[in-house]
Amino acid sequence: MVHWSAEEKQLISSIWGKVNVEECGAEALARLLIVYPWTQRFFSNFGNLSSPTAIIGNPKVRAHGKKVLTSFGEAVKNLDNIKGTYSKLSELHCEKLHVDPENFRLLGDILVIVLASHFGRDFTPACQFAWQKLVGVVAHALARRYH
Amino acid sequence: MVLSSADKTNVKGVFAKIGGHAEDYGAETLERMFATYPQTKTYFPHFDLGKGSAQVKGHGKKVAAALVEAANHIDDIAGALSKLSDLHAQKLRVDPVNFKLLGQCFLVVVASHNPALLTPEVHASLDKFLCAVGTVLTAKYR
Repeated sequence: MVHWSAEEKQLISSIWGKVNVEECGAEALARLLIVYPWTQRFFSNFGNLSSPTAIIGNPKVRAHGKKVLTSFGEAVKNLDNIKGTYSKLSELHCEKLHVDPENFRLLGDILVIVLASHFGRDFTPACQFAWQKLVGVVAHALARRYH
Repeated sequence: MVLSSADKTNVKGVFAKIGGHAEDYGAETLERMFATYPQTKTYFPHFDLGKGSAQVKGHGKKVAAALVEAANHIDDIAGALSKLSDLHAQKLRVDPVNFKLLGQCFLVVVASHNPALLTPEVHASLDKFLCAVGTVLTAKYR
């Protein structure tokens, strides 16, 4: 089980409380597809991903980004059992979606950058530490049931 | 991985916008890296890594200067950083994984100070540029 200090929990929940999940989720996923274009391989049925503008405006990208970040919220609510929280999702990503777990790490890093851009100075080094730790734990949990 | 002319324009634009703040960005990048990835501190046992450390500031200045130099010679990063590449290979031998960590922190610094500057396209270009710098600095490792 991952240990979270009281400070880390506070930094995570105080940031999360101010996150617009729909906007941040859409932005994070769009940036993933733009900054690491090979990640588009999982979204061939999303329609037009031909340019950054197309990706940012793509309604399927927005919807899926919202879905992904909403799911991330489950980790924030269950910091003491992230493994259990993502057990089924991990199996899904392995057996049905066939997603290389490296992609979870890439998305996590992008999410941290999106948070930094939204929160500016409030996204202190201590904040970044807590959030990089969280995205790492989530990535690990999603990869855990791979076989 | 090749930098397109659009990438080069984007990167030069970032450093032009950052201007005189580059040194501060360098220092904050290191501060964030040490805080976020404590294992990176193992390369600086001889440094005071406390808040406001003059040594971290000084080193951040050097790191920023190297990035600026690379951006100014973006058509030949390998040439511009050749001596630094030798230094990293022969003396410093920083494990290659750490350049990604530094890069991540630099992006966070730019994002937190200049969210409007770091559009998705610029983000992509800057990420590619930072990867290219890391590749050059580790190119002579073996």
